[in-house]
Amino acid sequence: MSRVLMRGNEAIAEAAIRAGCQCYFCYPITPQGELVEYMARELPARGGAFLQAESETAAINMVYGASAAGVRTMTSSSSPGISLKLEGISYMAGARLPGVIVNIMRGGPGLGNIAPAQGDYFQATKGGGHGDYRLIVLAPSSVQEAAELVMLAFDLSDRYRTPAMLLADGMLGQMMEPVELPDPIDPATIPGRPWALTGAVDRAPNVVLSFDLDPQGLKEMNKGLQRTYQEITERELRWEEVDTEDADLLIVAYGSMGRIAKSVVRSAREEGIKAGLVRPITLWPFPYARIRELSERVSTVLTAELSAGQMWEDVRLAVGDRAATPFFGELGGVVPTPRDVLSEVKRYANG
Amino acid sequence: MNMEQGIVFAGFGGQGVLLAGKVLARAGMEHGLEVSWLPSYGPEMRGGTANCTVVLSDALIGAPNVDAPQALVAMNQPSLDRFEPQLVPGGVAILNASLIAREARRSDITVVPIPMNDIARELDAPRAINMVALGALLRALDTVPLEVAGDAIALEMEERGRAKLGEVNRLALQRGYEAASSVLQAGA
Repeated sequence: MSRVLMRGNEAIAEAAIRAGCQCYFCYPITPQGELVEYMARELPARGGAFLQAESETAAINMVYGASAAGVRTMTSSSSPGISLKLEGISYMAGARLPGVIVNIMRGGPGLGNIAPAQGDYFQATKGGGHGDYRLIVLAPSSVQEAAELVMLAFDLSDRYRTPAMLLADGMLGQMMEPVELPDPIDPATIPGRPWALTGAVDRAPNVVLSFDLDPQGLKEMNKGLQRTYQEITERELRWEEVDTEDADLLIVAYGSMGRIAKSVVRSAREEGIKAGLVRPITLWPFPYARIRELSERVSTVLTAELSAGQMWEDVRLAVGDRAATPFFGELGGVVPTPRDVLSEVKRYANG
Repeated sequence: MNMEQGIVFAGFGGQGVLLAGKVLARAGMEHGLEVSWLPSYGPEMRGGTANCTVVLSDALIGAPNVDAPQALVAMNQPSLDRFEPQLVPGGVAILNASLIAREARRSDITVVPIPMNDIARELDAPRAINMVALGALLRALDTVPLEVAGDAIALEMEERGRAKLGEVNRLALQRGYEAASSVLQAGA
């Protein structure tokens, strides 16, 4: 297999095409511009449809429409743009429509800036839009993993008929690394969509809706969603562990911060500190049980994020009072170096 | 103990620092190493300066941002001012002597002044200063062979529809490499 040097944004686009994405709708925003450019260049040439919409709202509703018509479809944006898409994402969840949403996060709130940040964790994992829905949220920490997870996002989204989000940030979108691109899927392996609006010839008409005016009916629809979310929680948890076997201090970090934390664990070990790392790959569902289990054996669980402490809430839910749960975060698009995080680790290791 | 090197390329927008870093990353990958390339892409680019950080390693790379780089390629003086203090003790600074008037302030680093603009002008290829710089860096680092970097820039030019520029860029790499050789041998 040959490795190619690619930007995160480009690898995500290429992997989406290889996953059978036929329709991509967008409204451009930094720092995910290369994803849009790649799709504009490649997708039509390979038999798909690229459309730059008039707004983010339009783009997500085009995703809704394409998904209802039965094709694999995707949109991508960055933080403020995702905020604009939330209404449509809630509608997709309600209508049980698969589809992939990529968020290359930047500094917020508001217009913020275009530097890397992880301030959209709450938005991605706790709903964001209205109603009782969940998104499957996958958080890559390398360009290779971004390519693999966007393909997984299409599979999971189809399997559970729920939208899935790839949550990364400007660092991962902009950086280049070697990638071994996964082979394109065989379109025949995409699950059938008997519910899709494909023209009611020799069958009863299908209906794709996110509403039911009868409370009992809407309750049943919601119970169905909750059953699906329960199933996802039981079957689709993913995380990576580094040096957790004998760790006394555990770092929990995801995405870009997760890979910085890998360097921190290495440096801490060189200095005799038994540090370990849990890097959640699915942010929803979140690996509560494993973190709870590990917290029995460590003195400290340090959460590190490019935010004021969003995943931290889930870590504290998992750990309770079994270990100290300090937090290290950077704000506004500032990216800490491994040394910044290491000095935090030393503080708790020596305390 | 694994080998890991962090290299910062910095200069004015237009001096080709992002491409120089990319060619190093690409050559490192072709040489069998793990690599990462992290650009500055923020408003600072629009203010006229650019930089990127390349990590070369024989193991999977954690942080693509670096506390204390082993090497700095400073194409102009603001880059030297900003990044010289960050270099690891014993690190190396490749300076563009055509544009940087001052000496390096650190005495615990190896300094390699290269008149990059003058060398590129001699080749009648003023835009190839980034490859002169990269050639000098390759000599100082001794991690990625010159020929592998030459192939990488040639491919890069080909992919950009400028295959005919491959040769002059290869030559610029060579000249930078030789210039660094002279400096390092004189200092040894």
